[in-house]
Amino acid sequence: MAELALPKNSRVTQGVSHPVPQGAKNPRQFQIYRWNPDTGENPRIDTYNIDLDKCGPMVLDALIHIKSDVDSTLTFRRSCREGICGSCAMNIDGTNTLACIHAISDIEGPVKIYPLPHMPVVKDLVPDLNHVYAQYQSIKPWLEVESAAPSRERLQSPEDREKLDGLYECILCFCCSTSCPSYWWNGDRFLGPAILLQAYRWLADSRDEHMGERLDALEDPFRLYRCHTIMNCTKTCPKGLNPAKAIAEIKKLMIERR
Amino acid sequence: MAADGPATSRPVSPHISIYRWQINSVLSILHRATGVALAVGTLLLVYWLVSAAAGPDAYRSAQGFIGSFIGQILLIGWAWSLFYHLCNGIRHLIWDAGYGFELSGMMRSSMIVLGTASGLTVLAFIIGWIVW
Repeated sequence: MAELALPKNSRVTQGVSHPVPQGAKNPRQFQIYRWNPDTGENPRIDTYNIDLDKCGPMVLDALIHIKSDVDSTLTFRRSCREGICGSCAMNIDGTNTLACIHAISDIEGPVKIYPLPHMPVVKDLVPDLNHVYAQYQSIKPWLEVESAAPSRERLQSPEDREKLDGLYECILCFCCSTSCPSYWWNGDRFLGPAILLQAYRWLADSRDEHMGERLDALEDPFRLYRCHTIMNCTKTCPKGLNPAKAIAEIKKLMIERR
Repeated sequence: MAADGPATSRPVSPHISIYRWQINSVLSILHRATGVALAVGTLLLVYWLVSAAAGPDAYRSAQGFIGSFIGQILLIGWAWSLFYHLCNGIRHLIWDAGYGFELSGMMRSSMIVLGTASGLTVLAFIIGWIVW
């Protein structure tokens, strides 16, 4: 069932404010979700006024600047800083994206930053991804074959290889899954757009021989069919992929095999 | 997770209160809301039919209510719900066939659905008022 309100321990309070630094020529306000597991206090929004002349153009640059020069307790994941690792996925300015490829200049007003929505929080902007990873494992994201292993690579025609375009590029940042209201309300059983796009990536692979078993595993009122084509997933994907379309293709395969 | 230290009850990160509404998500929840409105609106239809079966006095008071300002507002809302649910339902059929998932196409079909539903409502009421 949809629980619209946050549980008591999750309600967000007003936190501390860090003033505009002396002599800042290009000040900008960042409002950032904070939660410290060690204090037992509720999450809060801390306000940071920083000088944009002191950091790079992306939201991640600002976060790194805050951590280095203003408040070293600010906690977030980051790695590649070029949109290929998916670590810095978070909710910025109301939608999910990667902090490293989202320009501060594209945002109007104070920059509001939250962790990926409706996820258990480990600390500050770091969500607990154990459940989505377990769901990923459940769809068997590897080649499943019956035939004997060939003496060399399993070959694929260029046309068959093309069917994986728009699927293999997914970096599992989970911006899409955590943008999906259906996943918010039923994430315990609904696999969500990221995992279903991956499921389709293996269904669409000409080398895979377990399409039937894969579809059997998805034939479920929740795992697949909680998708109501809301399309927040496609709208928010920082890699420009189309999970909603991939899910529709799975639904089509379900009908075609009847 | 023993290595995680003492058991902590993790907060749930904010969701619907902070996620920016998108045209697609608004139209999606509207599809469900109009579905509920249609179910409730059917009661109005039943009331009208029952009143017709119950005799001229009952029918006259039902007509009076439906013809009143509040009745007309309800009727317009119900008609718009019907046309929106119909148009968006057709869009869902097209999606189920695997078409219309590109963002540009999705924006265009959103506008078409809203425009067509509103246009059909206006048309239905112009015809209704002329005949009435």
